[in-house]
Parts: sequence; structure tokens; C-alpha cells
Amino acid sequence: MRILVPLLLAASLLLPAAARAQEDTRPDYPEKLEIGISTDEIAISSDFRGADLTIFGAIEGYDPALLAQGKYDIVVALEGPKDDATVRKKERVFGIWVNRRSMTFELVPESYSLSSTRDVETIAPTAELNGVGVGIQHIRLTPTGYFGDGSNLTEFREAFKRLKESGGYYQRDPGGVQFISASLFKATVKLPASVPNGTHVVRAHLFRDGVFISEKALPLRVSKTGIEQMISNAAYNNAFPYGVFSVLLAVLTGWLASLVFRKE
Amino acid sequence: MNIFIILGMGAAVGFLSGMFGVGGGFLITPLLIFYNIPPVVAVATGANQVVASSMSGALSHFRRGTLDVKLGTVLLLGGLLGATAGIWLFSLLRRIGQLDLVISLLYVVLLGTVGTLMLLESIRALRRAANNQPVSLRRPGQHNWVHRLPLKMRFKKSKIYLSVIPVVGLGFCIGVLTSVMGVGGGFIMVPAMIYLLRIPTNVVVGTSLFQIIFVTAYTTIVQATANHAVDIVLAFILMVAGVIGAQYGVRVGQKLRGEQLRALLALLVLAVGVRLAVDLVATPSDIYSVVSEGVYR
Repeated sequence: MRILVPLLLAASLLLPAAARAQEDTRPDYPEKLEIGISTDEIAISSDFRGADLTIFGAIEGYDPALLAQGKYDIVVALEGPKDDATVRKKERVFGIWVNRRSMTFELVPESYSLSSTRDVETIAPTAELNGVGVGIQHIRLTPTGYFGDGSNLTEFREAFKRLKESGGYYQRDPGGVQFISASLFKATVKLPASVPNGTHVVRAHLFRDGVFISEKALPLRVSKTGIEQMISNAAYNNAFPYGVFSVLLAVLTGWLASLVFRKE
Repeated sequence: MNIFIILGMGAAVGFLSGMFGVGGGFLITPLLIFYNIPPVVAVATGANQVVASSMSGALSHFRRGTLDVKLGTVLLLGGLLGATAGIWLFSLLRRIGQLDLVISLLYVVLLGTVGTLMLLESIRALRRAANNQPVSLRRPGQHNWVHRLPLKMRFKKSKIYLSVIPVVGLGFCIGVLTSVMGVGGGFIMVPAMIYLLRIPTNVVVGTSLFQIIFVTAYTTIVQATANHAVDIVLAFILMVAGVIGAQYGVRVGQKLRGEQLRALLALLVLAVGVRLAVDLVATPSDIYSVVSEGVYR
């Protein structure tokens, strides 16, 4: 399955999704980013095995000389719904592996798919990337609750990023953003098979010669469909009736079995 | 998740439970954990499955009248209190990240103990059979410390005059096991009722099944409400396969010799316990793990 999201350039054509876009542009630079998606909602069926989402956009007010030298870099991120996440570390206690230490990070995206003109690490200095919070290595991971003197902060942050990346929730595609004409670009971000339900944000960042100058964000609702999701929704949103139904189903199964297999 | 593996698991455990007259919850939950179902889900779904597997047994005891409703109700009172405390404990352990460990530890202790006792018992029985000694039905003594406790109550059906304290206490312990481990607990309750409370054997199984159905049903509803941990599809597949497997288990069990079968079940129970113990001790592939807290869900 491939989801293609067509391009929207002229402001007059902007759909509701784009109209709600947030903008963050430095006033001392003339460049601005425009991106568009044709829909603000994607329905995913239960046999979904991952897909590519293509976003089109353009740099406005660019400097043709800089563009020709390839000084502009674009990083597009699809950030999943945010939630607190706890990382736990096991240690050996009397021969048994036990979760001993933990750290909870505040409001981190459950999924994160990154696409850029080249490897994010080479686009801008680390401090700049950390400031913007773009790139798997630079995502904001703020610990919450008690976390001691913070000496193991790096360790837990690294473990979080590694686990998210190895689990396929965080992905990156250096080279996923391509210029298709002078200032027009196409970004391909991956929707993982385990894409979480909820409101995602497509966030595009523009860098000029290693300096962040503009950002544009659009919301994208991912809603799973099908029987599995219906059951899952019922388990969460109508938990008590769901529990009662589970019991009734069990009682009925047991009763029917005793009828069917009754000794003649 | 492969539906045929789940079906096979349910049928195999159902077969064993029919053959030996056990509920099978204590095998379903560890098997689900081996199959990488999160322990939270394995326990809550196991409790749901036990409702179905106990149902037909309880119905037949009810029809035959081998069920003491009054005694069952007192047991059930303790069971509901125990299940409530157990689910509170379950949620607490889950919050502090120790749930998986505690479930595994409890199973290692439980399966290790039950397996060893069963194995010793069946070896003794096999020896007796080899020496051609008649099986002596040890007549339980008339009274023990349990019968000196206050708050006595008359249970007409069981023809017994007994303090409610040990009955509620036993129900409570079984209720905690049901909610934390996803078992019915009959394999502990039945011997405790016979040897500790001296309840006549003819009402023991029916009465314990009566308690098990209501406690597992209550646990399923509270687990679904508090932890969203019941997987109804998984539970249904296990139930259907289980009740069918149990019918064949009963037929095979009637034809085969009891002692050898018991020894085999004991070895199986021990093997499952050892496998869980190995998983606790073996160095994990990753010492870190990450969970989403679900607070903004």
C-alpha cells in the first residue's frame, strides 16, 4: 500500500489541514517553508504492514545562489502521539534479573519517522539540532519524577533511543527528501506497521548552511479500522461492559460445551 | 500471533485438564508467557478462560447436588476480598515495573511445589502397586487446630460445624492467586478443604468450582476495567479449544492407569516451572526495556 499525498502550493488552494498549520520562522531570514497534505486523516486497516507517506513542499523566498550550491537542507519528521515513557534497567539480584532502576521521560513521541536531504548529523552542529529537537539523537528527553543526581541520564536516554530504533518505532531515511525542481521538494516518511493510533504531526524543518531558519507543522490523524481495532477500542473505552461481555462469553461457552458433550 | 498455535495450546491444556480433573489455568498462563504474550495479558486472559473451563464441571455438580452453596458462599466472600486485594497488588506491581518478575517467581514456586508433591505421591503409589499393597485410604483425624477457632457456623450440606475464619481465609488466599496468577486455584483449594478443613470429599470439588467461577468472573471484569488486560479473542480461542480438548482428555483418562499419568503430569508441571526459572536467571538479551505509560491515551 502506498499513500500518496499530493502537493499544495498556492495559498488559495490550502485545505483545512494546512490552514491549521503552525509556523515558526525566524524573522531575520526571508526563507519560508510550505508543505501540504491532501488529507488530515489516514485510515489504516488491520492487515497494514507499513507504508510510505509522501509529502510535497517548497521553499519560499529562497536565495537562488545558495540553492544552487546545495546550502539548503530539509528535514521532515512524522511524530507520533506523545506519552510518558519509562525506561527500566535490569540488574542481577541473588542470581535473578530484576528491574532495579528506571527513568520516565515526559511526553515523548511513540513513533518518529525522519526523512532528510542528507544525514541529519551532517546538516547542522549538534547544539543546533539539540536546540530544535530534530533527529533521533536530538529528540527532547526530559526526565520527570525522581531521577537522582542525573548521572545516569545519558545512559537511559541512549537506551531509550536504541530500543525505539531497534523496535522499528523510530526510523530515519537520510536521502528521503529530494528536490524535484529548483525549490520544490518531495519527502518520503515511513509509517511503521506498528504505527500508533492518534494524532501525529508532520513537522518540516529548513536549514540554511547549518542554521535552522524555519519550521512548518501539520497535524495528521491516524485511525485504525477493522474488527481488531474495534475490540481494542471497546477494551479501553467501554472497559466495564467489555469485561462483563468477556465473562458472559465464557459462561456461554462452558454451558454450551456441557450441553453438547453431555453423557448420553 | 498464530491462531493454530493458540488453538493447539488450548486443546493440549484442555486435554490434560480433562484427563486429570484439574482446571489447567496454571499451565495456560505460563504457556502464553512462553509464547511472548505480555504477562499482564496472559494472567487476565487466563482468568477469563478458567470461567469457561470450570463452568461445565460446576453445572454437573449442581445437577447432582454435590455442592454446598452455603459453604461456597462463605469461601466466595473471602475469594472476592482476596481478588480485590490481588488486583490492587497487581496494579501496584505493574506500576513499579516488578509485575513480570513476581508472576514468574510465583509460578516457579507454585509449579515447583505442586510438581514435586505430585511426583513424590505418584512414585509412592507406583511402589505400592509394585509391592501389591492395598491402597490405604487414610482416614483424616476428626479434629485439628482449625476446629478450635471461634465464629462457628453449621454447614448442613457438608454435615460439618466449622469456624468461618479458615474458610474465608482460604477463599482469600485463592482469590489473591486468581488475580495475580490467572489460575482458578482448585489444585490448592481441594487438598486444603479435605485435609485442613475436613470437609467431606463428595462436596469438595463442586463447592470449589462454585467459588472458582465467581472469583474468576469477578477478576476478569475488574482486570478488564482496571488494567484493560483481557484479550477476548485470545480467551475465546483458548476456551473453545480447551472445552473440546477436555472431553477427549476425560475419555483417555478413564482408560489409562492413574499413577503413571500422574507422574507424567508432575514431570510436565516441573518442566514448565524449570523453564520459567531458567528465564529468570539467564542473562536477558537486553537489560533495558521501555514502556509507554498510557497516561495520555
